[in-house]
Amino acid sequence: MSTLALNLRGRPAGRPGALGLGVSTLWLSLIVLLPLAAVVARSTEGGLDAFWSAVSSRQAVSALRFTLLVSLAATVVNAVTGTLIAWVLVRDQFRGKRIVGALIDLPFALPTIVAGLTLLALYGPTSPVGIDVAFTQFAVLLALLFVTLPFVIRAVQPVLIELDREMEEAALSLGANARTVFLRVILPNLVPAILSGAALAFARAVGEFGSIVLISGNIPFETQVASMFIFKQIESDNPIGAAAISVVLMLLSLLVLVGIRGLGRWGARHDR
Amino acid sequence: MTVDRRWRIALRAIGLTYLALLLLIPIGLVFYRTFEHGVMAVYDSVTTPAAISAFSLTLTVTAIAVPLNTVFGVLCALALARGRFRGKGVLNAIIDLPFAISPVVVGLALILVFGRGGWLGDLPFQVIFSVPGIVLATIFISVPFVVREVTPVLAEVGDEQEQAAATLGANRWQAFWRITLPSIRWGVAYGVVLSVARCIGEFGAVSVVSGKISGDTETLTLLVEKRFQNFDLAGAYAASALLALIALATLLAMTTINPRRDDA
Amino acid sequence: MIAVRDVTKSFGDFVALDGVSLEIPDGSLTALLGPSGSGKSTLLRIIAGLEQPDTGSVEIHGADATNVPAQRRGIGFVFQHYAAFKHMTVRENVAFGMKIRKQPKERIRERVDELLGVVGLAGYHERYPSQLSGGQRQRMALARALAVEPKVLLLDEPFGALDAKVRAELREWLRRLHDEVHVTTVLVTHDQEEAMAISDHIAVMDHGSIEQVGGPRELYDQPANGFVMRFLGPVSRVGDALVRPHDIAILLDPEDGARRAVVARVVHLGFEVRVELELEGGERIFAQVTRNEADSLELVEGAAVWVRTTHEPAVPA
Repeated sequence: MSTLALNLRGRPAGRPGALGLGVSTLWLSLIVLLPLAAVVARSTEGGLDAFWSAVSSRQAVSALRFTLLVSLAATVVNAVTGTLIAWVLVRDQFRGKRIVGALIDLPFALPTIVAGLTLLALYGPTSPVGIDVAFTQFAVLLALLFVTLPFVIRAVQPVLIELDREMEEAALSLGANARTVFLRVILPNLVPAILSGAALAFARAVGEFGSIVLISGNIPFETQVASMFIFKQIESDNPIGAAAISVVLMLLSLLVLVGIRGLGRWGARHDR
Repeated sequence: MTVDRRWRIALRAIGLTYLALLLLIPIGLVFYRTFEHGVMAVYDSVTTPAAISAFSLTLTVTAIAVPLNTVFGVLCALALARGRFRGKGVLNAIIDLPFAISPVVVGLALILVFGRGGWLGDLPFQVIFSVPGIVLATIFISVPFVVREVTPVLAEVGDEQEQAAATLGANRWQAFWRITLPSIRWGVAYGVVLSVARCIGEFGAVSVVSGKISGDTETLTLLVEKRFQNFDLAGAYAASALLALIALATLLAMTTINPRRDDA
Repeated sequence: MIAVRDVTKSFGDFVALDGVSLEIPDGSLTALLGPSGSGKSTLLRIIAGLEQPDTGSVEIHGADATNVPAQRRGIGFVFQHYAAFKHMTVRENVAFGMKIRKQPKERIRERVDELLGVVGLAGYHERYPSQLSGGQRQRMALARALAVEPKVLLLDEPFGALDAKVRAELREWLRRLHDEVHVTTVLVTHDQEEAMAISDHIAVMDHGSIEQVGGPRELYDQPANGFVMRFLGPVSRVGDALVRPHDIAILLDPEDGARRAVVARVVHLGFEVRVELELEGGERIFAQVTRNEADSLELVEGAAVWVRTTHEPAVPA
């Protein structure tokens, strides 16, 4: 039986894999790698001095710093609320739960420009309840909270569902109260998923553009994020400067992605 | 673990309040504002020549990008799930790149390649500030979806069925069409739905590479921005509502397909 | 003593326990034995406080425990699939109960060392459950449950997930442990051999009721009904009665009360010989004789013999 499979193994399984690999490499190189390589390569076109001065200008630094801080804030908030909401979706029961659960993915499905407009409707100048935070740093935070909402929730939900209930019962039988069970038994097992979701959220947040365009006012040194700064540089016919900042931004995101994989492996070391 | 009833209500309240404030109420408000002046007004707003042309451009671009990325996605998933080669980690990382790169940088990248003075800047047809640029940008940002959805399905299903087909005389392509594809159809469907939503909703990258010329290189999302900046709030809401409806339809499709993904 | 009185529990339409009452003596090792769906796990979990009965009460050491939550009943619970805290080391697992009772560090360290020694896991302190075999994980789970000196030890099919050899070793080991430690122990199992081998008392359960309670010998020799008899050992049906195969005598000449039979098959299982016989009415039964008896009877296929029960059939079929 197994020799038969071995004889056949050359044909069905091996070849499509090879074809797939060839096509994938070609496609990815053309569509993804080539353009990104251009950004990296041409960012130093004006010389390293030009690169450095583009990246270290006051406005650039301010934009990058603001981006980092507000993305971090949004990530932390959504990590906490995301875990809470995941808990409610998995362990609680109430009418309309399924609809709410499905709507969590709305920020994934909704165009970012519409997201911005949506938040502006309630929290901008035309707000029916008089809350107007448009053109403030809080508005940027709001936009980022919106677009990164689903990441941690969707990362934590499957882990919570799979969690061995008997571990919790064992802790109860040993005398732990509900709070202890959550903090000492449940939460530690959720941390890898929370971190993974948070990393994805962060990577998304630092590059976010569409939802911030309308609501932030793009005020330099105040509400201007890195992506808007890059946009302005392109508009001002300074693509090389824009490329320099982009490289810094990309490095940040790449570092985060590598971090995710590392975290994932570290978290899995306990698994059966 | 049954949580104390008070805690359970508290958690539920906090969670739902957060979702209401951030998600539910704003979206509800947009729909309310949109249809405040009646459905006809909205209909007129989304059937202006500019709107129709924007919508058709968006759909055209999507109709090009999604099939291409679907074919790529399936083939790449086959390579990842069934192939044996080193560097799967690298391949995975590259596939993840469109998730990690800001859309503005995507647009910039295309300008640096195809724009004036770019590496391929002397092509006989215009890319930047023209439809091909928009197509390329849309393809870039929707690359990962199908492959990410199909790879785990392929890995889960395993290749025993293809081996059985081979023993029964099927050749490679027959096995692929009759055995492999049907087994991944829901994974493909889910990935396609996600890609379509992403393509229709793309803004940042397209914003950079498009000339934003109404009737020519203006997508539906760009139309929303323009109307807003021209103080045509009602018009912006109308177009947004259309896009939001498409998003909700996407969610519906996702919820319907999701449970089927685990059956072959 | 643990007293369960008139406990009923349903899950939707399914009645898991139907007015069950049971007394478990202090210091004993009692088995709840029955097929799946008999309600034995549900009963155990109600004693533990992990489930609430719909009606009835549970008393532990004289105090009514029905409304006391699991964390305050002073029980130890061991699960079939170990329920190890997989993110904690073996040491941290065993110490968990003591840590949350805020016992002094020295005392915790001593007790963990002591218990790991008792369960044969000395030196495994810093390992993670994923690095242990199934049998080791279950021993860790036992140490963890014993660490807080429970009044009662409850085990829910503790060896069900282990392979046969490990299962046999561990159950003997559990009995020895019980003999040393003397905690009132209740064990749920579907394996009659396991129950018979190590328990002082067995409560046989079926479809949410207790069929019979007694010691192993008593249950085997004097089963209350056909179910108990069938569950605890092999039976042969002769006429209207259920009889143990070793209580069937095979004779070469007719005697009072004997019936005709034909030898259908003779199976040699080492010391034991199983004889398949066909009675006059066409029924097939098994008799069990020793090798010597089989030899002296010179049993061969097709031989005509007479059979008689040697033991007063206790149970009508």
